[in-house]
Amino acid sequence: MTESFAVNFAIAAPEVFLAVATMGLLVAGVIMGDKSARLITWLALATLAGYAALALAGLANGAGAAFSGALVADRFAVFAKVVIAIGAGLTLLLSDSFMQKEKLSRFEFPVLGLLAVLGMGMMVSAGDIIAVYMGIELQSLALYVMAAFNRDSLRSSEAGLKYFVLGALSSGLLLYGLSLIFGATGATDFDSIAAALAQEESLMFTIGLVFAISGLAFKVSAAPFHMWTPDVYEGAPTPVTAFLAAAPKFAAMALFARVLVGPFGEFIGDWQQVIVALAGISIGVGVFGALAQSNIKRLMAYSSIANMGYALMGLAAGTQNGVNGLLIYMTIYLLSVIGVFACILAMRRKDGMVEQIDDLAGLSQTNPGIAVALSMLMLSVAGLPPFAGFIAKLYVFMAALDAGLVLLAVFAALGTVVGAFYYLRIVKLIWFDEPAQGFVRPGRTVAYTAFGSAALAFPILVVFIFPLISQAGAAASALFS
Amino acid sequence: MIGLAHYLTLAAILFTIGVFGIFTNRKNVIIILMSIELLLLAVNINLVAFSVYLGEIAGQIFAMFVLTVAAAEAAVGLAVLVVYFRNRGDIAVEDINLMKG
Repeated sequence: MTESFAVNFAIAAPEVFLAVATMGLLVAGVIMGDKSARLITWLALATLAGYAALALAGLANGAGAAFSGALVADRFAVFAKVVIAIGAGLTLLLSDSFMQKEKLSRFEFPVLGLLAVLGMGMMVSAGDIIAVYMGIELQSLALYVMAAFNRDSLRSSEAGLKYFVLGALSSGLLLYGLSLIFGATGATDFDSIAAALAQEESLMFTIGLVFAISGLAFKVSAAPFHMWTPDVYEGAPTPVTAFLAAAPKFAAMALFARVLVGPFGEFIGDWQQVIVALAGISIGVGVFGALAQSNIKRLMAYSSIANMGYALMGLAAGTQNGVNGLLIYMTIYLLSVIGVFACILAMRRKDGMVEQIDDLAGLSQTNPGIAVALSMLMLSVAGLPPFAGFIAKLYVFMAALDAGLVLLAVFAALGTVVGAFYYLRIVKLIWFDEPAQGFVRPGRTVAYTAFGSAALAFPILVVFIFPLISQAGAAASALFS
Repeated sequence: MIGLAHYLTLAAILFTIGVFGIFTNRKNVIIILMSIELLLLAVNINLVAFSVYLGEIAGQIFAMFVLTVAAAEAAVGLAVLVVYFRNRGDIAVEDINLMKG
């Protein structure tokens, strides 16, 4: 008994370390007060590095499951955790100077970020529907507070309130679905659920699955469950928006893949149509919604809805190639979107932040560095070759075509064309319009993140793309073994 | 004789009331918080009923987790609501419209 407990803890070591370190930072922050915000941020980054390192170190022991299968540590989980740690770490790094300037510098922010990462880590390695629910809630509760972090701003608190109400509703839908799945199968862990389903498949299971998919679709902001996204993106402080746009989206998408192709992989007939519909509607709503936007954060919200549609296309295929495409797509999207938000954080004039797209006019003359970076990132997100976004789209389109989803692929390709319009509009504004008032010189972390992300978007860095593709392939195969 | 179907029907009715409470109420955010609580408790009835019917204890364990999370969720929700009230001076749902959407 004691030995198996030690084995369980060894498998759960990354999560245990993260939880204990977060509590330690919370206590340290309370003792030292708000002056310590900067120190806590750096320690939080070190914690994230330790978390990723422990997850990678666990790889040596091979795949394993702890606590009666509730927490699974396989290649898929490790890949997702490393990407989540990178995404969360970069966005926390970006937040530092913004928070100082806006006088929001409080030690709770990195602590909440770490708690959200803990929730995401539990989501991607969940092997049990109870663990799925607890992971999602841990992540969401931290994110609601982060969205309302600027507590003296009406917009920020309104964003937090909207996010909370719709997030809680989605958790309710997910939970109702999970309760029906439990009722139909009499089990909570994925293996027993799959075994019970192999014997008998009931209507109750199908209804539960649809509820659970709706709940998860809320979390990845796939249309028609996207209503919260534009408002929360616009209202939340910009570093929080960056945080929301990067790691949680990746984690929710990875959880989606783990739940659907794991225990329910045999029943692709039950969920494939639903995912195809979600992907198609998301792409439509995302690209057409973005056309009318004048605020760049709202534009990024609609862009993320469309991008979730493309990623779901990989999931709709339901094959190993599809999951591989999903992981590649989401990783490249995560790195690009962090770069875009670094550029948005650089949009600061003497009298404060600006967020209108028109404020970018003539950026090439006032700040050529950021202009080049933002243009490359926009072209990459639009999916133009030879940028990384094109490779990402290529993988999901191939997977969808291989699975026979021709109609969806054609629709998605048309969506890319419409979507290219508003990305190219930004590029045109930057390079060909009369310069608006210039921005204040951005801080070093913001500039380096923007440049780094733009460099990764350009496939000259094959050193990055090829390992990513092979790692994602190994991670995807772990779900199908 | 009250069987599983009765409990499931009750839970489904409560869940529907909760969802309608969130969408149709235009007056007060507190009612939305109550509706959210109703959603989670409806699920708990489901879980416990299944647990007893199937003789599987996991459902009751799940219900305990849900209760805990519901408490945490209410705490966070009320905290966000208090912050909103201090900025806005009002919690009418109709007025939460600073941003279109």
